[in-house]
Amino acid sequence: MNNGEQTDMRTTDAAQARQEGGGACSETGGDCKFITRNVNVFYGEKQAIFDVSLDIPDRAVMALIGPSGCGKSTYLRCLNRMNDLIDICRVEGTFLLDGEDIYNGDIDPVLLRARVGMVFQKPNPFPKSIFENVAYGPRIHGLAKDRTELEEIVETSLRKAALWDEVKDRLHAPGTGLSGGQQQRLCIARAIATRPEVILMDEPASALDPIATARIEELIDELKENYCIVIVTHSMQQAARVSDRTAFFHLGKLIEEGPTEQIFTAPKEQQTQDYITGRYG
Amino acid sequence: MAHEHIVKAFDRELKELESDIIRMGHLAADELESALIALRKRNAELAEETIIKDREVDQLQHQIEERAIQLIARRQPLANDLRAVVAALRIANELERIGDLSKNIARRVITLAQEKPPKPLKKGLKRMGKLVLAQVRGALEAYEKKDAALALQVWREDEDVDEAYSSMFRELLTYMMEDPRLIGLCTHLLFGARNLERIGDHVTNVCESVYYVVTGERIEERRPKGDATSRILPSYHPDDDEEDEEDAASGKPSATPRSAAGGGDEKPDAS
Amino acid sequence: MTEEDKQAKADESAASAQHEQARQASAGQAPASAAGASASGDGGSTSSGDAAAGAVQRVDWHSPEMLARLRRRHAANRRMKYIGLGAIVLAAALLGILVSSLVNNGTSAFRQTYIALEFDLKPELVNPENMRRGKWRRIVKEGLLRALPEEYRQNRRLARKVLKIVSRSAPYALRDHVMENPQLVGRTISFEVLAADPFDQYNKGIIPAVIGDGEKQRPNPRLGGPELVRAFEILKEQQRVSMPFNWGLFFHADSRLPETAGLAGAIVGSFLTLLVCFVISFPTGILAAIYLEEFAPKNRLTDFIEININNLAAVPSVVFGLLGLALFIGFFGVPRSTPLVGGMVLSLMTLPTIIIATRAALKAVPPSLREAALGVGASHHQMVFHHVLPVAMPGILTGAIIGMAQALGETAPLLLVGMNAFIPDISNMGLTQPATVLPTQIYSWADSPERGFVSRTAAAILVLLGFLVVMNALAIWLRQRYSTKW
Repeated sequence: MNNGEQTDMRTTDAAQARQEGGGACSETGGDCKFITRNVNVFYGEKQAIFDVSLDIPDRAVMALIGPSGCGKSTYLRCLNRMNDLIDICRVEGTFLLDGEDIYNGDIDPVLLRARVGMVFQKPNPFPKSIFENVAYGPRIHGLAKDRTELEEIVETSLRKAALWDEVKDRLHAPGTGLSGGQQQRLCIARAIATRPEVILMDEPASALDPIATARIEELIDELKENYCIVIVTHSMQQAARVSDRTAFFHLGKLIEEGPTEQIFTAPKEQQTQDYITGRYG
Repeated sequence: MAHEHIVKAFDRELKELESDIIRMGHLAADELESALIALRKRNAELAEETIIKDREVDQLQHQIEERAIQLIARRQPLANDLRAVVAALRIANELERIGDLSKNIARRVITLAQEKPPKPLKKGLKRMGKLVLAQVRGALEAYEKKDAALALQVWREDEDVDEAYSSMFRELLTYMMEDPRLIGLCTHLLFGARNLERIGDHVTNVCESVYYVVTGERIEERRPKGDATSRILPSYHPDDDEEDEEDAASGKPSATPRSAAGGGDEKPDAS
Repeated sequence: MTEEDKQAKADESAASAQHEQARQASAGQAPASAAGASASGDGGSTSSGDAAAGAVQRVDWHSPEMLARLRRRHAANRRMKYIGLGAIVLAAALLGILVSSLVNNGTSAFRQTYIALEFDLKPELVNPENMRRGKWRRIVKEGLLRALPEEYRQNRRLARKVLKIVSRSAPYALRDHVMENPQLVGRTISFEVLAADPFDQYNKGIIPAVIGDGEKQRPNPRLGGPELVRAFEILKEQQRVSMPFNWGLFFHADSRLPETAGLAGAIVGSFLTLLVCFVISFPTGILAAIYLEEFAPKNRLTDFIEININNLAAVPSVVFGLLGLALFIGFFGVPRSTPLVGGMVLSLMTLPTIIIATRAALKAVPPSLREAALGVGASHHQMVFHHVLPVAMPGILTGAIIGMAQALGETAPLLLVGMNAFIPDISNMGLTQPATVLPTQIYSWADSPERGFVSRTAAAILVLLGFLVVMNALAIWLRQRYSTKW
């Protein structure tokens, strides 16, 4: 993977990031869940992200906004190493999850993805029953000792995802038979079931109608009590509604990051202002 | 406003809102001016006209409110656009109050038309009126030009109005104590002066809004207090002007340009 | 030049139109502008801007040119439709001709002429101690003569000749029947024997009793003379001749005699060969495809392998036969003519098909499903085996079945490894015993000179086509049944 020199550089970077990471999230009052430093991402020769350093607070919602192709999704996918799937994708920089370097062998990617759950743009339940959809994660990670425990996990996950009342009578019906909004909540339940610390959401409501969107947003609001949530969204209004902090990406660079209320009323950067007021381009 | 919106209608609507505000501002200022002229010349007719003018101001306020609500509902403005719309609502409100207060002065003119106030009193009132009118015009200019520094300057100059009001207050008290026959007239004049002072306060609110639109920040300074009337009693004169003079001194070096706004030493750091 | 001129002219006219609009607009605005001095400027400029944007030239949709154009476009539409329809009709006609000629030739083979006769099983002829040595030909001959008029019994020459009416296998069929039921010895039994092939054909009306025309008319020599034809007609009059469904076509092994030849050997051989082929190629193909698609690094080597798999699918099958002959039989010493070597050769041929179909099916699994699996922390192999493979399975099965169907119809490579053995007995067929398969059986029959094999060849082709249709139907059914809805 890396040659020795690179690994060395990385470890020193990580140490440095660990040291300075403590104070970075003090602004929000909470702890830092993710500390990322000098992130560069390449797709083959093309650089997609340029030197992004961002701290993500725990028990809060961080929204990543920006025009299409600005690198916000790419950045999000670095946080649970989803980019590993793409052969030509190369990630540089330091990512610390609770002080552990996720790219440097501290955490196995398989376990990382259990700890950092993900919800995708298009609802993508497994073509299996609702129960199996939620039970799959706990089962492969061995989180339940027996069937009753598994059933318990499924129920609590579905309850947390505000779906239990709608599906409790048809747990063994296929998950793909639910409506779009229900499917997305099923995916959230599936992500919750592995008891993650972080939930990444890649435009979770972009394929849903306003009512289903409102349900998801309400859910996000509830979930942030216990999880660190990072959400990528194209809808400025959505970012304004659900997030505590907002980061604006443009052409692979982090232009501005700050409390959501500040970003949406008085952004510091002209580029941010132009984008969120619809003057971009 | 280096760039235009992608949706051109958005730009147009914002522009219309702004021009409405400016129109309303000028109307309110004109109203104040004619009320002051009517007061000076004891012209009841002009005062009547002034009162009628206020209706137009009220109407404009409704129109602006309607436009702003439509804009929020349909365009969901954010950042500077949001600030512009919210400020438009607030400024329209303040201007409407300014118009009302001017109307109130005009009403008193009708009542006072037969009376003849002593000369020094008239002079003081005229001076104060001029000051307030300049404030109103200044605030409007700051809005039109989106000039935060000018807004801040006008905001600070409200202290002068307050001071003028304080001295008017003292003067009028003195007159009333000297000659009880003047009490009726002086009370009316006192209320007139009070209205002017209130207009000055509304102007500071307009300035605050203008400053917020332009910079995205609130004026963090302590408001200069020139109005000492709350502490004035006719029985004795407390010597409490030291504090006010200090404020006046700090208020003078105005013009903090927008770029330096964050670094102003008088302000606690924003955000 | 001319274009520029046109452009300039257009600009001019547009500009003048705009001026006019603006003038009108300002005229209209005049009373309004008195209301607010500052607002009128804005209003005026925006309305003129709108006017410029609205000044789009309207298209005359009803002009003659436009209508003519529309007609032409519709005509082109219709033409295309009819050409396509014509192509379909042509293809259907060709297929129809093929099938109808096969049916025409082949249906007669699905029925077989039998002659019911009474046989006197005299013990001295039957030879009860060792029935295999019994004089069965004589019993059959006597049975025949008994049914015929006196003259056939008198004439020795004729009496000898009548045996040609029944199949040469008739004495053996009678013997086997009696050997199974020894209590019949000494009794006179009624038994149906096969007619000889020429009389079977004659009975079905395929060959005439008299050939040539006009003065050159002569009796058909295949039928052995007019006396035998007359004897057959007499048997027919006695209602002894019947034509039931020919189960023997499916349950008899191959034979030199058309009337007794059946496909049982070929069907069993094909089944065994396909079994070997499936067992080898299905798991190998799927695993190879999974590795290539999911695990292999994308580099020159895997690209090279991929290209070669695609090439392999296009290699003529006879080449695989040669390879099988040289490698499996020549080098590894696998017994020739056997389902084992045949299946191995066919699996070489089906492997690329299965690999390609599997890879396509795996590729068609939406990436969102992979992301979903990985997103909850599934490892790569869990993702593949728990989620991707089940979803891809219908596609894989379809591909595999189509590959098998291809293998079922393959002839050339099997001929090369000697899989056209003559199998008169199906009782001792096995993976390592010589065997034949349906297509090579068809090939052998088509080569045989006897008239009866012509219709049997067509019938065998119909049987083969029937198997292929069944397999393809199975593929479609599997796809419908197990494909998941998204």
